[in-house]
Amino acid sequence: MENSQELLNSVRMARFVARGSLQLDAVVPAEMNAEGLAVLAAGVPPVPYGTPLSEAYAKGSFVRRLLELPQVAGALRSLVGPEPWVDHHFVHIREPHGGEAQGLHGDAIIDVRPDAFDVQLMYYPQAVTLEMGGTLSVPGSHLRRTNESDTGRYQNLRGQDRLVCPAGTVVLLHHGIWHGGRRNDSDVRRYMFKIRFNPRVRQRRLWDTSDLHDPRVTAELDVMFPWYEGATGRLERYNRILLWRELTGDGDFDVDRWVTRVSNRPKETVE
Amino acid sequence: MTPEATPPASAAARDASAAPVPRQQVLVLYLAGSALDSPVVGWSRYDGTGRTSPTTGDGDEPPYESGVAALRDGWRLFQAAQLIPPYPGHEYDVSFLKHEFFFERIVDVREGTGA
Repeated sequence: MENSQELLNSVRMARFVARGSLQLDAVVPAEMNAEGLAVLAAGVPPVPYGTPLSEAYAKGSFVRRLLELPQVAGALRSLVGPEPWVDHHFVHIREPHGGEAQGLHGDAIIDVRPDAFDVQLMYYPQAVTLEMGGTLSVPGSHLRRTNESDTGRYQNLRGQDRLVCPAGTVVLLHHGIWHGGRRNDSDVRRYMFKIRFNPRVRQRRLWDTSDLHDPRVTAELDVMFPWYEGATGRLERYNRILLWRELTGDGDFDVDRWVTRVSNRPKETVE
Repeated sequence: MTPEATPPASAAARDASAAPVPRQQVLVLYLAGSALDSPVVGWSRYDGTGRTSPTTGDGDEPPYESGVAALRDGWRLFQAAQLIPPYPGHEYDVSFLKHEFFFERIVDVREGTGA
């Protein structure tokens, strides 16, 4: 799995830290998408929990080739490093005019790791329209300490992301993000393939850090989302800064001195 | 009162001249702050009339710009979130939306009556 890779740069990495998601539009070629539709319709055999990536999918198989696409491989490498464990995968199918919308949820149990995260890859082999009810996700919700489906009461949040995308789109999500499959009101059967990855190395400077001090990094980390309450929105930035410090190893990084002023505990005394 | 004195809702629905058949519609607004006139950041709807089926991710625009705007449109507030200080050691945790306001509207579900 060490073929060519297009690593993320620091600006895109900071955007992921702030948003909890990264969308790669139409990175899978059309002929692979046609193949992917058939593969997903037939079903993808399960992989035991915790299988190293290089052992999870046979060489030349569709999923292996999907994960070897340079932009996909590079993004995964940037986020979780080499040889992550495949946690699990699943083919999601939503029938035309069928099914109910999922309530907003985070996958698995509550996970409050401050210095590590899993990544969920979602692959869409066909173009997804608003009517087809693609995945709903809430930018900037991934650092919230909520458990699984306890957020199901929230139907709509300002600035939510109702996925609309071209065929061959891959979305990478922080494990904590609030998301759910929307109701399919179209005449088209909708497919999505999900794989969850667990990192096996410290997630520190795994991306292309040559632009680490680009001012746009700070701008990305400083973003507010329309659904944030005023007060809690400040805490979101505080927590983002802590995560960025973990990912970069730069314990002095800050935005507008949010963390610096809180941790300021001078020891020197005046004689 | 005998059972005959209160016709079941289904019978009343067939007879518009019968007694009103009230059903509750519920609107939940999540506001940017604890004041009822602060902006809406999230919303949910539940319809006891069965005429609509609101669900997750069904719209990007909130029904009202603030809690007070919902009051002005006739919604009745019946619950607001308490203000609870953070537990010691958890002051920087982020979790559920804090400023949750429940509203209701009573609708007569007899055929041909108001929405």
